[in-house]
Amino acid sequence: MSNNRLYLYPVWLRIWHVINAISIILLGITGISMQFTNLESPLIRFNSAVSLHNFIGVVIIISYSFFFIAGILTGNNKHYKLKLKGLIDRLYKQGKYYVFGYLKGEPKPFHISEEEKFNPLQKVSYFGTMYLLVPVVIITGVALLFPEMIIEKFYDMSGIRLTTFFHSIAGFFILIFLIIHLYVITIGKHPLKNFKSIITGYHEAE
Amino acid sequence: MKIVLPTKLIIISLFLFSFHFIVQAQENEEILEMPESNSTCLKCHGHKYYSFYNENTELTERKLMNPYLVIDSISYLHGEHSALACSDCHSEEYNTYPHNCELKIEPKLTCVDCHAFEVIASEVKKSVHMEAFGDVFNCELCHDPHSNKLVKSDMAELVQYNNNRCLNCHNDVDKYQIYTTHENPQLIATHDWLPNQALHFSRVRCIECHTAVTDTADAVHHIVPKEQAVRNCVECHSSNSSLRDKLYKHQSKEDRAEFNFYNSFILNDAYMIGANRNSYVNLISLIIFGLTLSGIFLHTFLRIIKRK
Repeated sequence: MSNNRLYLYPVWLRIWHVINAISIILLGITGISMQFTNLESPLIRFNSAVSLHNFIGVVIIISYSFFFIAGILTGNNKHYKLKLKGLIDRLYKQGKYYVFGYLKGEPKPFHISEEEKFNPLQKVSYFGTMYLLVPVVIITGVALLFPEMIIEKFYDMSGIRLTTFFHSIAGFFILIFLIIHLYVITIGKHPLKNFKSIITGYHEAE
Repeated sequence: MKIVLPTKLIIISLFLFSFHFIVQAQENEEILEMPESNSTCLKCHGHKYYSFYNENTELTERKLMNPYLVIDSISYLHGEHSALACSDCHSEEYNTYPHNCELKIEPKLTCVDCHAFEVIASEVKKSVHMEAFGDVFNCELCHDPHSNKLVKSDMAELVQYNNNRCLNCHNDVDKYQIYTTHENPQLIATHDWLPNQALHFSRVRCIECHTAVTDTADAVHHIVPKEQAVRNCVECHSSNSSLRDKLYKHQSKEDRAEFNFYNSFILNDAYMIGANRNSYVNLISLIIFGLTLSGIFLHTFLRIIKRK
């Protein structure tokens, strides 16, 4: 095996990743379809959208629990730990690289290794998504699966309304993350290079 | 015992606070009265049991009152007919006991003898109840004149009160069998297609789906056959929700645009996916979405140019 190939993504992670990706896309489509239902031209029939959203919701709960536990057991969660010292500076450097440096052909400011497989921007956005947004969406989603259990009134507001508010806002930002994520992985030597990595598990160092 | 100043202040304020509530409670207390003559009837019909002196046996006997003939005097007092004496609708001859048997088969006074319900009557004529039972079907089967009232204050109470009108027969085997030979409807099973059934049952009235949609306020009396009942979720779960013309007919006129929510009137009590969108949130999310896509397109464009 050549030295510039790093095995960063083990099988369990790749399986989880593909299930997670497909689930989030389907949850996004069904979620948007329910929120913007209309009689004349529904994206997906409301009943079907509700059933599908609920079903995939359960899938994502299982898959997230797996990711969370496996992360602890294998030590994969260390890649998500943020070092706050100098974080802004590192984020600025990586951001500047994506916006200007990459286009000018400058060298990458951070290099991927087995110890540090995410660059600072990846780290922050992956941490925010996997450890903040997804838990919010899961907790509120479980509550909405059993809406009878949600407190009736929170001050003067319907408890369900408040729960839905957090659920849809967090869901929306996960979708925004997904769009950016899908684009940013095309930034590399070859646009499909990173797609190949998440299938084979090997990262080709440049 | 020496009471320190802060403690004194707390005691005084607690006293004033409770006094305030006592006064307020007294102010809010409605004076409910019904004609005194009703007490003669309610002495027996207001209870589960009644007693009378049997001259033949020379004994005071205690008997079980037919539960369908028990009048809840509290509901009567809160009902819209509380000012009426029993004898205003029932024969004066009921004043004697045992009641004359003939009274049972005499035609009773009906609602339309006092009320002019032309529009309602024409709607009821089209209703599935009337089709099934003809003239045997009458107002009081749904609207018990001994307790009927308009609930306006609380939406949850309104929904429960209204649904009880249907459940009185549709969830009571004995009463249901008086009018039909059908089997008792299995409400839970027939509605098992409805997601979050318990929540729907407590937040909307049966008639939201089981009546024809027209513009008149009285249309809720045109109960349609179950095959024609609303089964399409989007009829309510959409920005032009049909609840606007039904359950929230009165609120929707008063409260249309709180913080730019579609169907904001529902939000006071509940939340409905599809019906409660907010145009501000829509706009902000569209802007964020647009900016994300623009950034991506711009970056792709620059990548293509630089490559050349």
